[in-house]
Amino acid sequence: MMGNVTLLEFLSMGREVANHRPWPRYQLDNKGWRALAEQMSVSNWEILAEWGEPAEVHVLLRGEDSGAIAVASHPCPDGSFYALGQFRPAAIRLERAIRDLWGLVPEGLEDQRPWLDHGHWGVTHPLGRPRQYDGGRHVYKFLKAEGDGLHQIPVGPVHAGVIEPGHFRFHCQGETVVRLEERLGYVHKGIAGLMSGKPILDAARIAARVSGDSTVAYSIAFARAVEAALGLEIPPRAHWLRALLAELERVANHLFDIGAVCNDAAFAIMLAHMGALREKLLDSNARLFGHRLLMDRVIPGGVAVTVDDDAIARLLALVASIRKGFKRGVSLYDQTPSLLDRTTGTGIVHSTLAHRFGASGFVGRASSRAVDARKLPGYPPYDDLDFTIPVLADGDVHARVVIRMEEIRISLNLIEQILTRLPDGAVSAPLPMRAGEGVALVESFRGEVALWVRLSEAGKVVRAHPHDPSWFQWPLLEAAIEGNIVADFPLCNKSFNCSYSGHDL
Amino acid sequence: MIPPIAKMLARHLIKGPHTAKDAVTPSERALRELAESLGITAQVKLGRSLAIREIDAGSCNGCELEIHAVNHPVYDLERFGIKFVASPRHADVLLVTGPVSWNMAEALRRTVEATPEPRWVVAMGDCAIDGGCFKGSYAVAGGAAAIVPVDMTIPGCPPTPVDILSGLLALLEAVEG
Repeated sequence: MMGNVTLLEFLSMGREVANHRPWPRYQLDNKGWRALAEQMSVSNWEILAEWGEPAEVHVLLRGEDSGAIAVASHPCPDGSFYALGQFRPAAIRLERAIRDLWGLVPEGLEDQRPWLDHGHWGVTHPLGRPRQYDGGRHVYKFLKAEGDGLHQIPVGPVHAGVIEPGHFRFHCQGETVVRLEERLGYVHKGIAGLMSGKPILDAARIAARVSGDSTVAYSIAFARAVEAALGLEIPPRAHWLRALLAELERVANHLFDIGAVCNDAAFAIMLAHMGALREKLLDSNARLFGHRLLMDRVIPGGVAVTVDDDAIARLLALVASIRKGFKRGVSLYDQTPSLLDRTTGTGIVHSTLAHRFGASGFVGRASSRAVDARKLPGYPPYDDLDFTIPVLADGDVHARVVIRMEEIRISLNLIEQILTRLPDGAVSAPLPMRAGEGVALVESFRGEVALWVRLSEAGKVVRAHPHDPSWFQWPLLEAAIEGNIVADFPLCNKSFNCSYSGHDL
Repeated sequence: MIPPIAKMLARHLIKGPHTAKDAVTPSERALRELAESLGITAQVKLGRSLAIREIDAGSCNGCELEIHAVNHPVYDLERFGIKFVASPRHADVLLVTGPVSWNMAEALRRTVEATPEPRWVVAMGDCAIDGGCFKGSYAVAGGAAAIVPVDMTIPGCPPTPVDILSGLLALLEAVEG
């Protein structure tokens, strides 16, 4: 076992791959990869994403204290790799997905069940060496819970509300949940496969639709990865406008989430109030930027929108009006004991788990994990803006609501800073044609979105991999609901609001 | 002290609701589509009410966000007698979003089967119409019509709340006869 080495020191024993920006990529041989896996049990390096290629596996890592980021790659021509999930449970589902999609076997992983492959694609390992599926039903073995009076409640994939599909298997003792097991993958669309071979701008449209609620964040992540690969500097005004759109998206989603959590505690007036506020924002998006959810407004090379003085004045007025209405909503929440009684102490995520799984976003921040890609590694224009990251230690539904409330206040403030200090100039730069690899880490409303891309000289995407923060939040939901009553599940689930589409890809 | 909920209710009593004042008219395009797919004989009286069951068959969740928006006070779908229900067994209309991932195809088929006749299937959003930007993937069937018969479409990526409302109003008009 190695002593205290930093991430970059450790990885430098591998071979550095040329043209990978802005952070380095190292190829590790069998021995190096094994050492990395074992290092996972003693170091506090975080796994930010893990994905495959037909004969190589990649992992995006952050050295927690130093903030250094790097990709470690391991060529595995024999079709298997030593599983990191043995030491980091956060990687288990990622590695099960790697086997489903690329056919690389995670050696040593206890859980070898398929994850995204439900046996309906007609082929196995569609992104590796596809083989016709030989038929037969896939039977998924759920984990067991045994004991007197235990019963199962299967829920989904089609749920009662207007939400995305996924299956939840509850084992209950009376009303109390003994075990929840998630089964996801229902909305797998083969996004990594679709992006391969596409011209950059077509791939950007797909990246914007990985998870519709985080469309701005995904577009920024894709654009930043492409710009890194091309070594392209974009005009400062484009950075600032991207941040403006990203903060508008954050506010819109948090408003809806706060309303929806309260609605799941049967407090519908909050949903109505927050819904009306959110509508003001979306309506303004449509008027000023031409799309309510701001899809395709961020493009590789810059942004496809600009704001004039009139638009700035309208946006400032919008911020003021949302702030006023939001304050009323918060005081309603704070002064309704019957509502607080439902949210406080419900669905607790312990901070050790949040750290262990590397949960980002409000799920992490409500359980004392203060990470935010806008601060670490940071990207423009946030290094020029004044803001803080709220953190709480309680880890319950209430804490996740309060973090969102604080983030709305901070984002409204950020929007004002951006609008008053917006630099002049062009809003986009032309894309040069060159090959390269790039990676980006961007803070969506839900947490850290990672995106890796490899471009060809012809200006096409060779491979791309988007990674949603939900990968590291979904497993915590299973832990949060344990010991709670079934009736509180919607409340816990909504307080997480994980993306199905972003996770299933 | 006056509790905030009382203040909020009082404010709305005085100032009126958030509901958008502009009238929404049934979509002409949707009416033409329905005339073709339903024919005159299929017109059934539903007493100016429609119960909708939404099925996400692989959507990116953008369409869901806009469906939530039509339920919010500003568009207030329920003032037209249209409401979302929890079970396909209570539904007249199945509103399908997403390009239909193969992993959801069986669930979609079964949800349609679980809906009593007469029923109508509406494909909402560009993905549900023909697979949209997810067309051609190994994991995607390519639109709701690839799996179940579709009576009407609402295009858009995602369709705006007004698009959704005017599509659903056209359906209400057509089945009302």
